[in-house]
Amino acid sequence: MRGRHRFAIPFLQYLDTHGEVDVPLPAWTSDIERLQKLYEQMVLARTLDQKAVALQRTGQLGTYPSTLGQEAVGVAIGLAMQADDVLVPYYRDAIAQILRGMPPENILLFWGGEERGSDPGGASQDFPPCVPVATQLSHAAGVATAMKLRNESRVTLVTCGDGATSKGDFMESLNLAGVWQLPLVVVINNNQWAISVPLKQQTAAQSLAQKAIAAGIDGTQVDGNDVIAVYDAVKTALDKARKLRQPSLIEAVSYRLSDHTTADDASRYRDQKELNVHWAEEPIGRFQHFLHTRGYWDEAREKALQAHCRETVDAVVAAYLAAEAENPEAIIDYLYAFLPAALEEQREAIGRKAEVLNGQENPGA
Amino acid sequence: MNKPGLELSVPDTESVTIAEGTLVEAVTLALRYEMARDDCVVILGEDVGVNGGVFRATEGLQKQFGSNRVLDTPLAEGLIAGISIGMAAQGLKPVAEIQFMGFIFPALEQIACHAARLRNRTRGRLSCPLVIRAPFGGGIRAPEHHSESTEALLAHLPGLRVVVPSSAYKAYGLLLAAIRDPDPVIFLEPKRIYRAQRQRIPNDGQALPLDTCFTLREGTDLTLVSWGAMISECTQVANDLATRGISIELIDVATIKPLDMETIVTSVKKTGRCVIVHEAPRAGGVGADIAAQVNEQAFLELQAPVARVTGFDTIMPYARKEDIYMPNTIDIQSQIEKTLNFS
Repeated sequence: MRGRHRFAIPFLQYLDTHGEVDVPLPAWTSDIERLQKLYEQMVLARTLDQKAVALQRTGQLGTYPSTLGQEAVGVAIGLAMQADDVLVPYYRDAIAQILRGMPPENILLFWGGEERGSDPGGASQDFPPCVPVATQLSHAAGVATAMKLRNESRVTLVTCGDGATSKGDFMESLNLAGVWQLPLVVVINNNQWAISVPLKQQTAAQSLAQKAIAAGIDGTQVDGNDVIAVYDAVKTALDKARKLRQPSLIEAVSYRLSDHTTADDASRYRDQKELNVHWAEEPIGRFQHFLHTRGYWDEAREKALQAHCRETVDAVVAAYLAAEAENPEAIIDYLYAFLPAALEEQREAIGRKAEVLNGQENPGA
Repeated sequence: MNKPGLELSVPDTESVTIAEGTLVEAVTLALRYEMARDDCVVILGEDVGVNGGVFRATEGLQKQFGSNRVLDTPLAEGLIAGISIGMAAQGLKPVAEIQFMGFIFPALEQIACHAARLRNRTRGRLSCPLVIRAPFGGGIRAPEHHSESTEALLAHLPGLRVVVPSSAYKAYGLLLAAIRDPDPVIFLEPKRIYRAQRQRIPNDGQALPLDTCFTLREGTDLTLVSWGAMISECTQVANDLATRGISIELIDVATIKPLDMETIVTSVKKTGRCVIVHEAPRAGGVGADIAAQVNEQAFLELQAPVARVTGFDTIMPYARKEDIYMPNTIDIQSQIEKTLNFS
């Protein structure tokens, strides 16, 4: 092998941490409604998220992973993808799923302990949120392989956290995307914490985007709290995958303002001072400042939006709480396309046991 | 490439009947037949393309169907299983090869956490019609990690089918069934008998039933239950005993997950005696489950305890000592005699 290769990782940021701009904005930002929608959806995401946490605290929801502070990443993905693209999400992508057509109450159903909550509604080929870290990367590479083999112009987008980049599945999938030139976009939501492990204990690499270099694909780092930058990077990557069949990796640098999940207590391992610094850089405040400065937003709109979000979330919670119980046999009915003869007795036993449990819960019923 | 559900008609050249073939040739034949019939079938794995697989199970397929249908993957078993799941969710029918079962472990997370669960966790919206083929078992003097029988690990997982052919004819029909099955199937090929025997295989695209035991030989004195390569030893013992007037009913389990206990229990109720033979270690083996279910369902008809002839609960030894580990005809015959003489 001859020669030495030099690489650079581009960093994309339009809004600084105060929401000020001193670089030319991408052309699509002339679409003011799009900018407003990005903002509105971030606010909706946060309202729904905080409601989900409240539901968990009051015993009405199971363990839930908050997306507080990472709204820009989910909203950008949800709005940038086409309907027939496929999203392969990890477990912090609620707003992206909702923007692709998932009834929001399904997010609550999923974390409330119902398999039905993984139903994405409109985008029926999307995957359910993936809990085993990084395993979804190779599903996405497989979906993208099918798209490529069929010569389609659709794109697969997969998300993961910063912790996932330490796993083999991440690198194996990136590697394959390079070798097979798959229509795949990988977005790392680098919120800088994998439960209690900070990024510097996850990797010695200067960026996560540079992991793309080893796979021979493009890697870009973006300010993950700058929704213009994230949207622009995702859109560019989707276009490149769609038109040129080239994969890419985006590292969206954000920050997890919440605990890992409602079962976690970040004060055990994270300094409040650090948290304060990052609160000052969160995505919604800075984008609101930008919109105000440009005259695209005002108090009246903000008031109306807040009311709309409250009403929407109340309706979502009502729909969640009113969801009819699934029949107990569902726990075995979807195991195979057809119930094997060997399981018929167990299916009957499930029904009987559910009746007994139901009788214990409702004596006299 | 067609959308899911669309199938190509079978080319005339495929309707030939070959007179004889080995088990590994039967695998190739089934793959070729189904690839011609259904263009959703895609083969992938390490060395499966140009090289035709290290055992030549995919020989000639890339040449015939092209590199979009037979994909040489990077060397990463977890990835092979993972992308198969993504492809299957898109309606393709991936048939992935794991080069040896000893290397299936990186893929186990994908198999257990995703392939087996995708239909259930999406309430039927997405499914996973994939096949993962892997040669398994000992007896070919292979290096470390090339001889294990860990089918019980897979058979424990709800949502999977685990299928083990015992002959060329079975391999052809069961592999066709596995590919056509709408759910994930682990297809374990007993490599010790890959080339042991040539058998007549009508290349007619006829699948054999899954979830069904095959009664290879009817008998009245004892039910002998096994699968895979051990069927050869069991057949030999049953033949020998027949010359002494002992009548063995030999059952080839074939699909070890889910288990067709009805066939086994019906047989044991008739014979009153049951011996299970498997190459895998004894503890937690599939034989334990079969024995437990026979006890549950045929207790009053049993005239002797259900017995097992298995590998030892130790690491598969290297080649020089593998004969000590492997169950053989003497082990099987002596257990059968003990069970027959039990009183």
